[in-house]
Order: sequence, then structure tokens, then C-alpha cells
Amino acid sequence: MSDNEQLPVWEVFMQQKNGGPHQHVGNVHAADAEIALQNARDVYARRGGNGSIWVVPLETIYASGSDDEAPFFDPSDDKAYRHPNFYRVPKAVKNL
Amino acid sequence: MKLEELKDSTREALFGYLLFLGDSNLVLGHRLSEWCGHGPMLEEDIALANLALDCVGQSANFLKLAGEVEGKNRNEDDLAYLRDAVDFRNATIAELPRGDFGYTIMRQFLVSTYLYIVFKNLRESSFDDLKSIAQKSIKEIKYHVRHSSEWVLRLGDGTEESHERIQKSLNELWRYTDELFTHTATDKTLIEQNIISDMSKYHSEWLEIVSQVIKEATLTIPEEKTYLYHNGREGKHTEYLGHMLAEMQILPRSHPGAVW
Repeated sequence: MSDNEQLPVWEVFMQQKNGGPHQHVGNVHAADAEIALQNARDVYARRGGNGSIWVVPLETIYASGSDDEAPFFDPSDDKAYRHPNFYRVPKAVKNL
Repeated sequence: MKLEELKDSTREALFGYLLFLGDSNLVLGHRLSEWCGHGPMLEEDIALANLALDCVGQSANFLKLAGEVEGKNRNEDDLAYLRDAVDFRNATIAELPRGDFGYTIMRQFLVSTYLYIVFKNLRESSFDDLKSIAQKSIKEIKYHVRHSSEWVLRLGDGTEESHERIQKSLNELWRYTDELFTHTATDKTLIEQNIISDMSKYHSEWLEIVSQVIKEATLTIPEEKTYLYHNGREGKHTEYLGHMLAEMQILPRSHPGAVW
């Protein structure tokens, strides 16, 4: 297969435990969602896993670029009051 | 029922049936493993290898139990690697060469659907050890059914070429499916003691599940079945099995007792 014959790319997100976040683990090629899900299972969960898997078509992801870096992230650097450092987290709160 | 409660005649019959389950999975698993590095795309290459590992793993469980039931001090490796083709009891359909991707997928679909019904019933087996293997294996089988039936749908209802090729595979494989629902004379005692199910009673259930997917995939079940002289459960195999075993068994036979 040459490059332009590759099937669409799906980004794969896996949850490690129920209630936890889905984290990006990689991607797979597939013609449709069901096969993408099965490919994700076979490639990324074959040696175990739990929770759930999401597959997302790459072209539906709208992402920030390197040009956006400064305006997006810098303003918070020098403002300590933007961070929740001065609150005590109750012991009962998990997964924060 | 536990192992030590089985009568001698039951043990002998059960040994035969466990070889059928173990050998069918081993041979099918080996055929799947032949795709490793040759899959149509990386993801499917890994998927087929996963299926192969599941089949070989299930086979190891059945053959280990077969060795214990036989009581002649043979373990799963002895049974897998040190028997000749005539002593194998696998279903004929499992030993046929892997063909193209459509052929492999169609076979997997027909066999996995069958094994799904077998394992579903074995979960109620009166023999504890068999019951627990079935309980463990059924999850894997469910995935095999899902994976293969989704591909049957896509290849059948895909391009002109994929449709034609998978229809041809179905035509070739169909005649081997009747054998799956037959029993040997010694199975009778196992059925009577509820150790295994009489699979001849489940042919229509299997046909219903299979027909539904085949119809949705715009494929047609062949009308006539050619009579076959093969019967894997009696050790009457095609010429393909011997060749496959030669490759599969060469290492342990050339280097007896070799370890990793």
C-alpha cells in the first residue's frame, strides 16, 4: 500500500479504570468505527485493560498549533491566584 | 462431577472428546498464526495473531485436561507435538489451508459461531473441570464471533471482488460444516451423563445465527453439499494436516525436551 491508499486514521483513547479519564494511547487505521474499535482493542488492549475505549476520527479533532502556544498558555505562568493552591482538598475527594 | 468419579469407559470417551476440542483449537490456531507478518494490514495482522493465541491457549487447557483424563502421564505438549495426523481428532474444517483473508475470516466465523454454542452448553457440564474451561473460554469466543462476523459483513457487502472471493470461500467451506454436528459412538455415554451436549440438536440454532449474518452480507448459502470422506473425529484427515503438523512439530521432535 502506498501512503495515499492507507485507510483513515482513528485516534485511540483508553480508560484505565471506571470513572477515570480517557487517555490518548495511539492510533489505528480502519475504514469504519466498529473495525477501528476492534483494531484498537487488538493493538492496545490485547495484554489487558479495563474501563472503556474511545476511537475518534482524526479529522474530527480540532487542535491548537505551535503558534497558539504563547497566547494559550503563557498568561497563567505568573499569576499564582489562577491556581487552586490555597485550598485544602477534602480527603473524600478522589481522582482530582 | 470430579475426575476421580469418572468410570473407566467414561474416561476413554471423554479423552476422545477433549482431543476433538483441543485439536480443533490447536490446528485452527496454527492456521491463524500463519498470517503473522502476512496480514492485509498491520492492525489485522495483530488481530489474527490475537485470535491464534486465544485458540492455542484454549487448546492447551483442553489437552492438559485430556492428559489428566487419559491418566498415562502425557501433558499438553506431549499431546500437541508428539502425535501423528491419524491420532488428531480435530474437525476437518480447521485443518484446511488458510487461503486468502476472506477464506480465513469465513472459516473463523463458521467455526467460532459453532464453538460459541459448544462452550455455552459446556458451562452447564456435569464435569467440573470442563465447565470451568468453558466459562473461561466463552469470553474469547464472543470476541471471535464479533470480529469475524463484522468482517464477513464488510467483505460480503464490500467491493465486487471482495464479495466474489468471500462467496467462493463460503461455497468451499460449507460442505465441511455438517461434520461439526456429528458425534462418535463413544460420545453417547458423555451425552447421557450431561458431560457434553448433543450438538446435533443445535445445528438449527447455529444455522440461524450464521444465515442471518450471511444474508446481511448479501451472500448466499450453497444449496448442495458434496459428500465428504473425511471425518476428523475418526482420524480421517485431508492431506493438509500432515504437512501442517510437520511444520508445527519439527522443533520439539528434533530437540526433545527443549526449553525456552
